[in-house]
Amino acid sequence: MLNPQLNKHGELQHLLSIEGLPKSILNHILDTASSFVGISDRDVKKVPLMRGKSVFNLFFENSTRTRTTFEIAAKRLSADVINLNIQASSASKGESLLDTIDNLSAMHADMFVVRHAQSGAPYLIAKHLQDTGQSHVHVVNAGDGRHAHPTQGLLDMYTIRHYKKDFTNLTVAIVGDILHSRVARSDIHALTTLGVPEVRAIGPHTLLPGGLEQMGVRTFTNMDEGLKGVDVIIMLRLQNERMSGALLPSAQEYFKSYGLTPERLALAKPDAIVMHPGPMNRGVEIDSAVADGPQAVILPQVTFGIAVRMAVMSIVAGTQA
Amino acid sequence: MTLLNPQQLDAEALYATLLADVRAGLAGVADVAIVGIHSGGAWLAERLAADLGLTERCGVLDVSFYRDDYAKKGLPADVKPTRINFDVNAATILLVDDVLYTGRTTRAALNELFDYGRPARIMLAALVDRGERQLPVAADFVAAHVRVEAGKALVLQQSDDGKFTLTIDQA
Repeated sequence: MLNPQLNKHGELQHLLSIEGLPKSILNHILDTASSFVGISDRDVKKVPLMRGKSVFNLFFENSTRTRTTFEIAAKRLSADVINLNIQASSASKGESLLDTIDNLSAMHADMFVVRHAQSGAPYLIAKHLQDTGQSHVHVVNAGDGRHAHPTQGLLDMYTIRHYKKDFTNLTVAIVGDILHSRVARSDIHALTTLGVPEVRAIGPHTLLPGGLEQMGVRTFTNMDEGLKGVDVIIMLRLQNERMSGALLPSAQEYFKSYGLTPERLALAKPDAIVMHPGPMNRGVEIDSAVADGPQAVILPQVTFGIAVRMAVMSIVAGTQA
Repeated sequence: MTLLNPQQLDAEALYATLLADVRAGLAGVADVAIVGIHSGGAWLAERLAADLGLTERCGVLDVSFYRDDYAKKGLPADVKPTRINFDVNAATILLVDDVLYTGRTTRAALNELFDYGRPARIMLAALVDRGERQLPVAADFVAAHVRVEAGKALVLQQSDDGKFTLTIDQA
């Protein structure tokens, strides 16, 4: 099947999902990111790669961390960044998604960074650009519905590689609301592609989607069992805004069974790292003592996210249609 | 200035010439640092730094983020981190490359260096100069001038024991 993210030479033209990307492309992004990390320590925190290019941040859904780090990344690549608060503008006046895209393309956009509540929206945009002869414009998915959040997946991989060096001897547990989590999906695809031998998903039955076993994931409803001997714990935010119906009794009940406490963390390997994509709900999925403890690498994740997004944007923008 | 055939190039002898020229040229200069351009220039820089007692002030540049052909070719697959662990401000920097050709790599390296600070002076050393410049760039130290057919690449290699060889590759 043709992968819509790749050009005819198999190079990354858009970043829409980690699913279907070969290991070589994931490693290229991670290796390039490691060269960008040092830029942030210099006097001049910029490189001229995307000078004269215009990056449009199209956030149809709220985000602070992701939008800000994409903005910083684009600016450190010397691109001009235009942030559109779509909720407050065109879409609320009834303009269709593709009409918005056509109008912004007419302003000579070179790249769209898209977050949308609907799964598949970035694919629709990439296909539309292709169909309308605008395939020189690149699309980066900054999170679509429950589907994918590929740059978060990649920055998680960067963080794991930074602390653990090698993927091929690790046990990684993803804990919490897997059902609604595009981060979990992107992480699972990235971890299995990069050769992690054991990926675990831990959560209540109601928040574990079907089909995880087919993705090569071991599922656990008992957190204590699932955490035994793991090298990496990826906590997920309990997504109250995506909850419909009675999937959970209460946040307090949830914390009792699936909150990461120091006692539970002790079941993992002594040098296990704790990650979280943010924003954290302290006392719901994670105890403050863990979030602020020595094994947490949650803030380094944010810092690495800038370098990873610089790598993604500069690789994608340099790929011909 | 002698013009050599690429077949006549003895990289180890050329290195000895370059080292002697650089040693004489930098005698008495304060705040010297050496920066090699990845990958051949970096090997040369490391060896020069060792021979000149400057290992604490040796860095490596990968100019991929500063190249002028990014829009045409995109990012290369093997970008290496730039590593400069000394203060560039007010230093005299010896920029080292293996082969000086169009001058475009030198331009990219100069731009990158200035994003680390304002050096007092930058000098350029190259093991060989193959001419055919496209930018107004000249080296301060060169061990040999050679003529190489267009479309072919002159490539420095380093063996496990640190010895240099020069080979001609189809670019």
